[in-house]
Amino acid sequence: MNEMNENPLYLLPEVFLGGSAVLGLLLGAWLPRHRQWLVAALGSTACAAGVAAAGVAAASAPTTAFGGAFAVDPVTATVRIVVLGGTLVVLALSTAPLRREARESEFYVLVQLAALGALMLAGAQDLLLVAAAYLLASVPSYALAGFRKDGPGTEAALKYFVIGALLGVVFLTGITVMFAAGRSTAYARLGGALPEAPAALVGVGLVGVLAGLLFKAGAVPSHFWVPDAVQGSSPPAAALLTTLPKIGALAALYRLLAAPLAGSEVPWPELVAVLATLSMTLGNFGAFFQTDVKRLLAYSAISQVGYLLMPIAAVGAGAQAQPALLYYLAAYALTNLGAFAVVCSLPHARNLDDYRGLLRQHPALTLSLIVCLLGLLGTPPTAVFLGKLEVFTAAIDGGLAWLAVVAAVNTVASLFYYLRWIRPAVSGGEAAPPHQVLRPAAVLACTTATASVVLGVAGGPVLGLMTGALAG
Amino acid sequence: MLTAIVLLPAAASALLLCLPRRAPRAVCLGVWVAVSAVVLALTLVVWAGYRAGEGIQYETYAQWIPSAGIGYHVGVDGLSLPLLAMTGVLFLACACYAWRETRRVRDFAALFLLLETTCLGLFAALDLILFFVFFDLSIVAMYFIIAGWGHRGAARAALKFFLYTFIGSLALLLGFIGLYLAADPHTFDMVALTRENPLAGRSAYGALVLLAIGVGLAVKTPTVPFHTWLPPAHTEAPAEGSAILAGVLLKMGTYGFLRIAMPMLPQAWRGYALVFVVVGVVSVLYGALVALAQSEFKRMIAYTSVNHMGYIVLAIGAAAAAGTDPADARRLAVTGATFQMVSHGLLTGALFLLAGALYERGRTYDMAAYSGVAARAPVFAALTGVAVFGSLGLPGFSGFIAEFQILTGSLGPRPVATALAVVGILLTAALLLRALQRMFLGPLRLPDSAGDSLAFADVRAHEGVAIVPLLALAVVLGLMPRFVLDVIEPASRGVLELLAR
Repeated sequence: MNEMNENPLYLLPEVFLGGSAVLGLLLGAWLPRHRQWLVAALGSTACAAGVAAAGVAAASAPTTAFGGAFAVDPVTATVRIVVLGGTLVVLALSTAPLRREARESEFYVLVQLAALGALMLAGAQDLLLVAAAYLLASVPSYALAGFRKDGPGTEAALKYFVIGALLGVVFLTGITVMFAAGRSTAYARLGGALPEAPAALVGVGLVGVLAGLLFKAGAVPSHFWVPDAVQGSSPPAAALLTTLPKIGALAALYRLLAAPLAGSEVPWPELVAVLATLSMTLGNFGAFFQTDVKRLLAYSAISQVGYLLMPIAAVGAGAQAQPALLYYLAAYALTNLGAFAVVCSLPHARNLDDYRGLLRQHPALTLSLIVCLLGLLGTPPTAVFLGKLEVFTAAIDGGLAWLAVVAAVNTVASLFYYLRWIRPAVSGGEAAPPHQVLRPAAVLACTTATASVVLGVAGGPVLGLMTGALAG
Repeated sequence: MLTAIVLLPAAASALLLCLPRRAPRAVCLGVWVAVSAVVLALTLVVWAGYRAGEGIQYETYAQWIPSAGIGYHVGVDGLSLPLLAMTGVLFLACACYAWRETRRVRDFAALFLLLETTCLGLFAALDLILFFVFFDLSIVAMYFIIAGWGHRGAARAALKFFLYTFIGSLALLLGFIGLYLAADPHTFDMVALTRENPLAGRSAYGALVLLAIGVGLAVKTPTVPFHTWLPPAHTEAPAEGSAILAGVLLKMGTYGFLRIAMPMLPQAWRGYALVFVVVGVVSVLYGALVALAQSEFKRMIAYTSVNHMGYIVLAIGAAAAAGTDPADARRLAVTGATFQMVSHGLLTGALFLLAGALYERGRTYDMAAYSGVAARAPVFAALTGVAVFGSLGLPGFSGFIAEFQILTGSLGPRPVATALAVVGILLTAALLLRALQRMFLGPLRLPDSAGDSLAFADVRAHEGVAIVPLLALAVVLGLMPRFVLDVIEPASRGVLELLAR
């Protein structure tokens, strides 16, 4: 990698998204209020085009762009497709509730910028680019969390922002320490330098970097913002917060641990395994007795990160980890967005009790809810089941059988709160008030639920695509 | 062919769900009965074409998720064929029994058809993940059946059922992954794993995998001490649900032992067989003793299931004893275990349907509330009597053949345990006869909730259509067991050969 490779075509999906965000901002300033939906349409087009471009790029050999700072390989390709697809879903979910709002187009632009940050996180191969991507993913998210400008929204944004700012500083400090230890920020150089550097220094740097990335992923110990931010923000924004940044952050973490830190003496597999355990356990404990559905999903998102960290802990031990992580990411994104789509489609149902009698009135929607919740649980034949199977396999193969047992026990624990939600929806319909349903979101919920089953049944070819090597 | 059998009920279920909610009741029930009948007919066609002793037949293999070593692989052999047929019979009986059902019939029928697919699929599966998929889906379908159509405490019972069996299924999954990683190349294919015996010579690894799989299957079976989910689930479920739960779902555990644990982990199985023998005997005695203490008819039957499953676990544990006695005795034990699965499915299915009929008339399962029912409902009493006698293992019924084989086969390798298990038969006989006597003989007394005491109707046509064939089959198998034994015996010989590796 001697010559600077600056072909921006390698970043076509990112360019599409960034371009449409900027263009959307300009358009939003000019368009009359009833035409603001055009911004969403533009963003959706950019996402669709980005998915297509990512698909084309995935067919060619792994490569890097901008002097090795940005990798285009199976990890990037998967994250691109998942994040852009997820952005499409979020945009579609938000059009109905935001219709004719004063700041409609701003919301769409922020969604696209946050997604762009996630994309950059996934592809970055240089700590400085990771830092930039972190900020790009964070700042629009803060605004999205408080977008409604009401009490809970403000609290959500404030809490999110304060924790994000604090951990962001820790993150930057960690990067500085890493730079001190490895004398470079590029992964290619770090890979050679870190094994020789003092392990304590690398360890300190890694802990700092972890703090930031785990914040974006919503994992323990940087998870405090998740329940409040998710509960306080609007359902589409909550869907975004629990899905898209997480994907980017976990991909970034994987890339960091798989390449430059692979040869290091720092015992990061154990560290990540412990964090995974804490994440899934605390997330589950938190979710047990929640009555607010968004808060419940927020805690479920924390516990899900625990499972996602399992293959990362097993990175060094075999080829199983990468497809397991990527597949689980895709499956989780789809299923989680599906669950949030159900929440979006029932704007007046905030608590579990409000779902009483849903089955009688909206059987298809209830079925989607059941599929998504059991999907998050990992019941076959949904996609997360195959993801869990892969993740467990990767963990056991990586010598972390105890972690797989912990994860299995946690899965059973999570059953409890998912069923707490399903039960009122299925039974007791006598006194239930009629549910008001937003039709587009309901259709989307059914679509994502179906897609999650399809991805589960047809997981074979998808898994095959995710196994390629990382770009050097 | 097998694929058609497995998927037909699921397709019908999807079709039913597409019908409008106000679809006439008769249409839903008609579809349910018809599809169950077609499935049973197809199963019989498979049986007719099956040639005993020639290994796995009707095999279908298709790539599913090749990069994870998962394939769609189904087939039947002597272990699974009788269970497939029994499943078909029991589901048809339940469909007939539900003819008077009025609550959300469309959903009820759809769920039962889905459940039928999972049961048939599990017995036909030759891939561990396929097995697991059906295993888990059966839990989901049964959860909704219990929670949606059960009695008053159904929600709690359903949750308990789900939690327990789901823990079991995850333990099972970990064990499967252990097997998968041990095989080279990695695969979940049962045939390949059985052939390869991947854990030969790795005793610690093998023991861990057997522990995971053993716990998973023991929860489903259920054996003591993993049986606590069973009584509430059975008591609160609707009659059809209880019949399927006891008749088919419990067999998934014992079938898994014969199909997966014994052939794939022979060394570990032989090493820890004593554990299974002990667990089996404890289940036999404990189940019988606790059943003796029950005052509710349905709860009592639920505990006798623990007892009857205990015999199976005893038999498969005893079969592992290596050694001096002729292999024939051990083969008898394995054959008896398989036969017991079929026999127990028929008899317990009938008993639970009868308990449902009792509840429908008297609104309570409390045995103390009934007395002298035989005078009012002679046919009902007679059918219950037949089922009870069959269940306690009277000669002439399938239960006798099964228990005789199990005990004869186990006596040589495990004399003490078998002697203790025989006491269990005595206890079961005592408790079942006592129940019969208390409820059906003596002066007439009916629970107040039944309203007019003259209203205690005898067996209705739809109940008779469901229950009589089950009992008739139990008698046929008791008098002419050969045609089933001929199918089972080569397979059990095969299991023992694999176990001897």
